[in-house]
Amino acid sequence: MPAQSEYAIQARSLTKQFGDLTAVNHLDLDVPRAKIYGFLGPNGSGKSTTIRMLCGLLTPSDGTASVLGIDVPGDAKLLKPKIGYMTQKFSLYGDLTVEENLDFMADVYSFSRAEKKSRIAELLQKFDLAKQVKQFAGTMSGGQKQRLALACAVLHRPELLLLDEPTSAVDPKSRRDFWGKLFELADGGTTILVSTHYMDEAERCHRLAILDHGSKVADGQPGELQASTGMSIVEVLAEDPYGAQVAIEARPEVLSATQLGVRLRALIPQSFENPVQIINEVLADMGIKATTELVPASLEDVFVAVTQESRTGGTAS
Amino acid sequence: MIRLFAVMKKEIRQLKRDRLTAGMIVGIPIVQILLFGYAINTDVRNLASGVANQANTHLSRQFVAELRETQVLEFGYSVETADELERLLRSGRISIGVHIPPDFDRRVVDPRRPAAHLLVDGADPTIVGIANQLAMMPVGFEAAKTRPNRSLEVRPYYNPERRTAINIVPGLIGIILTLTMTLFTAVAIVRERERGNLELLINTPVSTTQLMVGKIVPYIAIGLVQVALIAAVGQILFEVPLRGTMAELYIAATFFIAANLSLGLLISTVANTQFQAMQLTFFVLLPSILLSGFMFPFDGMPTVAQYIGEILPNTHFTRLARGIMLRDASLLELGNELLVLAVFTVVAMTAAITRFSRRLD
Repeated sequence: MPAQSEYAIQARSLTKQFGDLTAVNHLDLDVPRAKIYGFLGPNGSGKSTTIRMLCGLLTPSDGTASVLGIDVPGDAKLLKPKIGYMTQKFSLYGDLTVEENLDFMADVYSFSRAEKKSRIAELLQKFDLAKQVKQFAGTMSGGQKQRLALACAVLHRPELLLLDEPTSAVDPKSRRDFWGKLFELADGGTTILVSTHYMDEAERCHRLAILDHGSKVADGQPGELQASTGMSIVEVLAEDPYGAQVAIEARPEVLSATQLGVRLRALIPQSFENPVQIINEVLADMGIKATTELVPASLEDVFVAVTQESRTGGTAS
Repeated sequence: MIRLFAVMKKEIRQLKRDRLTAGMIVGIPIVQILLFGYAINTDVRNLASGVANQANTHLSRQFVAELRETQVLEFGYSVETADELERLLRSGRISIGVHIPPDFDRRVVDPRRPAAHLLVDGADPTIVGIANQLAMMPVGFEAAKTRPNRSLEVRPYYNPERRTAINIVPGLIGIILTLTMTLFTAVAIVRERERGNLELLINTPVSTTQLMVGKIVPYIAIGLVQVALIAAVGQILFEVPLRGTMAELYIAATFFIAANLSLGLLISTVANTQFQAMQLTFFVLLPSILLSGFMFPFDGMPTVAQYIGEILPNTHFTRLARGIMLRDASLLELGNELLVLAVFTVVAMTAAITRFSRRLD
C-alpha cells in the first residue's frame, strides 16, 4: 500500500535533539512523488539533520518517517538501494579518477559488467565528464565535482534523490546546468529533496518548506507562498538608502527593511491598511527624498516574513 | 609577545578538547615506565625447563632438586630421553633441557667427562648466558668438589655461533608487521570518516562486514610481501637461516597479519581522527616490542607482564617465527600459537563490526 502512496516521503512530528539543542522540532512533511521539493533555511535550521534522519543516518528523538513506504530508521537497510544521496561536502574519492569512482559505485550497486559499462558511458556523456575520465576527482573544479557527485548519486536510477546543499560550492552557470539535470530527472519520475539557502534555487522547486531553528515555518508552492505572506512590500528608491532604512525600521508597524543597493524593501503586515503612506510619512519626517511603490512579494520577502514572525511569536497569521 | 601567547593558548585549548590525546600524554609515559620497569629483567627466573633423568639415582635426583632450588629453572616436563628434550625445545615448550645420562654417578667423579648436559635454545643469548651461569654452579656433593672443570656441559642448539641477529630478525618481522599492518587499517576507516567518504558509503547497500573484510584483505598481500622482504634481507645480509619452509612462515604470517589488521580496524572504530588512530597504534606497539619476548626472555618477565604479553599477537608470532625459522618446528607443534591468533582475529573483527555504526549519532 504505502509504496503506491502519492507521497515519496511522509514524516510526522519528526524531532531530533542533540543534548539541549533541538535541531529539528516536530516536523511534518509530505513530499509528493516525481517532484522537486526544497528545504529552504539558513545554516543551522535543521535541513541536513532532517535529510540525515530521512535516509537513516540519524535516529529521530521523536516522531515517525516513512520514505518510499519504508519506515526509517528501522528498515533503513531496505531503503539504501532505492535512494541516491549527495552530501554537502564532496564525498567521493579524491585520489581515484572519475572513471574509477563511477566504477566503484557501480560495483557497490552490483551492476553486471555490461550494464556497468553502458551506464558509465551514458553518465559521462550526460554529465559532460567525458574529458575528465582519467582525471583525479580531487583535482577537479567545484562544478565538475558536483556533476560527478550527481552522476554517482543517480547511477543506480534511485527513486528518490536526497541532495544536501548540492550547489553551495559552484558558480552560477554550473548551478543553472545542475538544475536543468534535476528537472530532467523529476520529469523521468524521480523524487528530489533538495536543501538550499539560495532564494533563486528555492523558487525553482515545485514545492518547498521553509525551515527556521528546526521548525517548519511555511510550506507550499513558491507562488502560493509569495501570494500569501500577509505582508505588503513597499519598495523605496531613496537617495540616502541607509538613512531611510534606519528610519523605516524604527517604525513599529514595519516588520523589516532590507537594503538592496540603492533600493529598500520594507515589509509591513497587511493588517495596516495604507503601507505606502506609512513609509512616505517616515521619509517626509526625515526629509529624505524618495519614490515608493507597492510590489509583489519575492521569496526572500516570504522568508523574512515567516522567520521574523516565528521569532516574535507570530504577529500576523 | 601577545601573538606568541595567542598561539600557545590556542594550542593548549585544542589539546584539551582532544581528550584521547590528552589521555595519551599521561598514559604513554606511565605505561611505558611500567613496561620497561617490569620487562627489563636480566635476573631471569622460572625458565620453562624439562629434565630427562636417565640415571634416576639418589645422587641425580638430589642434583635435579638443587637445580630446582636455584629457581632459575622450572621443570614443567620430565621425560625419558634426550630426544624428547630436543622435541620440547623445538616446539618452544622449554628453553632449557637438563639431560642426565645413565652413568651420571660415575661421571660426577670423572673430571674428564661432564656429569650432565644442558640443552639450550641458543637463539636467545640471554638464555645461553643463564645456562653458562648454571654450569658454573658448584655441585653440592662431596665427591664432585674436587672437580677442576664444570660439572655441566652447555649445548646451545640452533645458534652455535651465538649471533644476536639470528634471534632478532624473526622477531623483527613481527614488530614491523605490527607497526605497518595495524597502522594501515587503524587510519583506514578514520580517514574515510574525516574526508566524508563514509557518509556516502553507509548510504549505499555495502554491508559493514563487506566494508571491513574488503578493507583488510588487500593488506594481507602487502604484509606477506614484507615478510618475504625481511626474511630475504635477514638471510642475505645477516645469514639468518630459514630452517622450516617458506610456506609455513607464510601461513603463520597470514594468521598474524589478519590479527593485526583486525586490531587496526577496531582502533579505527574507536579513534575520531587519524592522529588519534596513530597514537593508539603506538600504544599497542610498545608492549608488542617489550612484552612479546622479542627483547627479553618471556619466561623471565613477571606474571602480570606475561599475561599482557599473552594477549598480544606479536608474542605468538615471535614464537612462531623463531620456531619455524630457527628450530624447524612444524606448524603442528606450534598449533596453539596459531589458534590464539585465530581467536584474536575473530574477537577483534567482531568487536570492530559491532562497534562500527552505520549511523552518525
